[in-house]
Amino acid sequence: MNSVILKTASSYLLPLLLLFSVFILLRGHYLSGGGFVGGLVASIAFVLHAFAHGFDQAKAIFKRNPGALIPIGLFLCFSMGVVPMLFGEPFMQGLWMEQSMPVIGSIGTALFFDIGVFFVVIGVTLTILFTISESDLEQEEA
Amino acid sequence: MLFAVLSGFFIAISLLLLGKYFKGRIIALIGLLPLGIFTYLLSFLPLVNAGQSQLFHYSWVPSMGINLDFQLDGLGLLFGLMITGIGSLIFLYAAAYLKHHIHVDRFFVYLSVFMASMLGLVLADNVLMLFIFWELTSISSFFLIGFNNEDEGARKSALLSLSITGGGGFFLLVAFILLGNISGNYSIQDMISSSEVFKNNGFYPLLLGFLFLGAFTKSAQFPFHFWLPNAMKAPTPVSAYLHSATMVKAGIYLLARFTPVLGGHVYWNNTLMIVGAVTMLYAALHALFRSDLKSILAYSTIASLGMLVFLLGIGSEKALLAASVFILVHALYKAGLFLTAGVIDYKTGIRDIRKLSGLRKVMKPVAIGGLLAALSSAGLPLTFGFIGKDLIYEATLGASGNLVWILTTIAFVSNICLLIAGLMVGLKPFFGEIPQKFERIKKVSKSLWMPGMVLGILAVIFGIFPMAMDKNLIAAIAKSINGGTIDISLKLWHGFNFVILLSMLTLALGFTFYFLRKGQPLNQEKLIKAESFSPQHLTEIITEKIAHLAFKYTRLLHNGYLRYYLIVIIVFLTGLLGYRLFSEVSLSINHAQLSEIRFYEVVFFAIIVLAIFKTVFTPSRLTAIASMGIVGYCMCLIFVFYGAPDLAMTQFTIDTLTVVLFVLVLFRLPAFKKYQNLKTQLRDGAIALSFGTLISIIALQAFNQPANKVISQFYGDNAYVLAKGKNVVNVILVDFRGFDTMVEIIVLSIAAIGVYSLLKLKVKAPEKE
Repeated sequence: MNSVILKTASSYLLPLLLLFSVFILLRGHYLSGGGFVGGLVASIAFVLHAFAHGFDQAKAIFKRNPGALIPIGLFLCFSMGVVPMLFGEPFMQGLWMEQSMPVIGSIGTALFFDIGVFFVVIGVTLTILFTISESDLEQEEA
Repeated sequence: MLFAVLSGFFIAISLLLLGKYFKGRIIALIGLLPLGIFTYLLSFLPLVNAGQSQLFHYSWVPSMGINLDFQLDGLGLLFGLMITGIGSLIFLYAAAYLKHHIHVDRFFVYLSVFMASMLGLVLADNVLMLFIFWELTSISSFFLIGFNNEDEGARKSALLSLSITGGGGFFLLVAFILLGNISGNYSIQDMISSSEVFKNNGFYPLLLGFLFLGAFTKSAQFPFHFWLPNAMKAPTPVSAYLHSATMVKAGIYLLARFTPVLGGHVYWNNTLMIVGAVTMLYAALHALFRSDLKSILAYSTIASLGMLVFLLGIGSEKALLAASVFILVHALYKAGLFLTAGVIDYKTGIRDIRKLSGLRKVMKPVAIGGLLAALSSAGLPLTFGFIGKDLIYEATLGASGNLVWILTTIAFVSNICLLIAGLMVGLKPFFGEIPQKFERIKKVSKSLWMPGMVLGILAVIFGIFPMAMDKNLIAAIAKSINGGTIDISLKLWHGFNFVILLSMLTLALGFTFYFLRKGQPLNQEKLIKAESFSPQHLTEIITEKIAHLAFKYTRLLHNGYLRYYLIVIIVFLTGLLGYRLFSEVSLSINHAQLSEIRFYEVVFFAIIVLAIFKTVFTPSRLTAIASMGIVGYCMCLIFVFYGAPDLAMTQFTIDTLTVVLFVLVLFRLPAFKKYQNLKTQLRDGAIALSFGTLISIIALQAFNQPANKVISQFYGDNAYVLAKGKNVVNVILVDFRGFDTMVEIIVLSIAAIGVYSLLKLKVKAPEKE
């Protein structure tokens, strides 16, 4: 898409939207939001960038394949289930620190679980989108 | 006892793993196993003769009544000795017969499994155990028949035998379960003691029918007999062991074992007599038309099995005694004849009796063995076969009233035919002029002629000294079948009576007919016309028709078009659900509880409707996608109206991404063309509308049911207290139901991997939908 407005706007919007997605992630425990929506908003940010500058450029932002986020996220979630077992609690018992941080709120296993979900959703959506956009569609035109 | 029965299985498994070290002659050592079991069983002979049957009990699944119960009485001991005794001879023979075969170890695996299963079958006291072993014999028989697996005929025969015996086995299971239900447990001993209960039960005819189906399919009775001649494609040791001496007798064993339980009733006796007689005559006459050695033997086996069923049907003391003796008589001479035929085939490569003659010059020991077996089958005095024939005539003559003449005539004719058949196999190939190509046959190895000789000699010994058997084993057997003791004396000479006259007549007529025809079979051409009515032909026609039907059906329903699959699924779902809904559930709209309609809801409803119309009727793909996106956004606004902000946010983002996805995929396809005609569109529209209406009605009706809100109450109350969160939805997702979420993201990852691999895999031929 050759729109100058979109190109300029998306360069600024991308970091803002990413920040917004993290914001949604962290506020999920107290107000609407959470890992799923945060991840989706983040991927939409990249999609917007991709529409403006092309998918190759959007992919170039990443040093590594965004699909690498999937195993990181899965590992985070699973380990948040296992950590309570190290303390003698059953699998996936929620553990919380006594003190809460000013902006984020209480810190506990649920928070990291949510972050794990966040990563997985970003990884999945970006993998699907980038793969489809790259796929060789010459056969369909034939 | 458990070890004795299961040892065959252990040997089989070890052979599977270590088989490659056992190729060649050394495999004959396996024959030591059946020999060992034979001696072990023989040790019980004195006890069993005294009339005590031995019971062995091992628990397996007590809660379902399946236990490894074994009982060793006369009948079981006879069969056990036959299986292991003849088995050890066969093992020795097979080792020599197949010594050049690359898969000889595999052969012995199957053979050991068979022997163990057959032993378990005849020794089992628990009917379900019996069934397990029954099916195991069918399966091992399948592998053995199809042993020459490169040969298509062998494969087809194996499949045929498995289908027929397996089908019968299915009915047998039903019969056993019925028996178990009526008697309360599955032990045969208990069933024997409560036999009156069975005969008076309403299910008795059904029970009999199913049991008979099992027995008749296994023992090749008419009309289920045709798998047996086809099974002759198996290597000859297999034919000798399974299809003459042991496996096909399993049905006979079953009938004998259940005679005290279900017998004595007119249904039992008459059915068995009729089926046995028909089988006997049909097969005996057929045997005369065959020219292949093994084919003749197959048909004569079927006839002999028919004879046994016939005798069990007559059911008198004499008949049961005749049956007990004949089981052993037949096993000895039939196995002997098969072994002889096997050697002839092995050495000359020919099985056509029209081309075989004069072989006594090159294989004397085989000739002697074959001759002895043939004479026993003929019933010449001084052979065991003579005793057997005598008893059969005594049994038929002992029947009451008019039946005497019919039964005796049938037996007479069959015996003549069987005599001729035996002579054709055991006599003809050895006498006469020897053709030149046979003169160079090398000496036959000992392991090949010795088993046949042993069996032949046994037949003669028992023929000369039948009293060795009568007070002992035979009495015990008759007791187990009859339920009470019989006074038996097997003598060589009972005095000049009608029985001996019949025997002499049989011999005379048989030998005359044989020599008149010079041992040639009757002309097979005459049979060909009748073949079209044979059960085999009918089964083939039925199978063909079923295959044809299956092809048509698959073509119709699995046509490869996605839209037809969807249509079928949706139409069925609509039909079934709709039927159920409208016939069972009373639908009502509770007017009092309808909430007010607000202005903005109407607006968004109108927008949705317009978007749907646009989606369906627009010619442009992209517009259709965009309108579907609009419908999605309006739905998330509805979520907002009704207080579900998390849902709305998720729906909003997903919708956006879906539209993007669609655009990416469909963007490069050509523009819409009108592919469908009006009729198709109307059809699709009608289906979609009905399905959608149905789902809506179901959803609305579901609201009428009282909702149990206990769980949501719990989550609402405890979200902050237990999980330190104020957003209940999120708390449920990551805390209360965290495990579900983890599984969901795993599924998402799988989807991503799937998309990635499918698209990155450059498939050569593109599929066009």
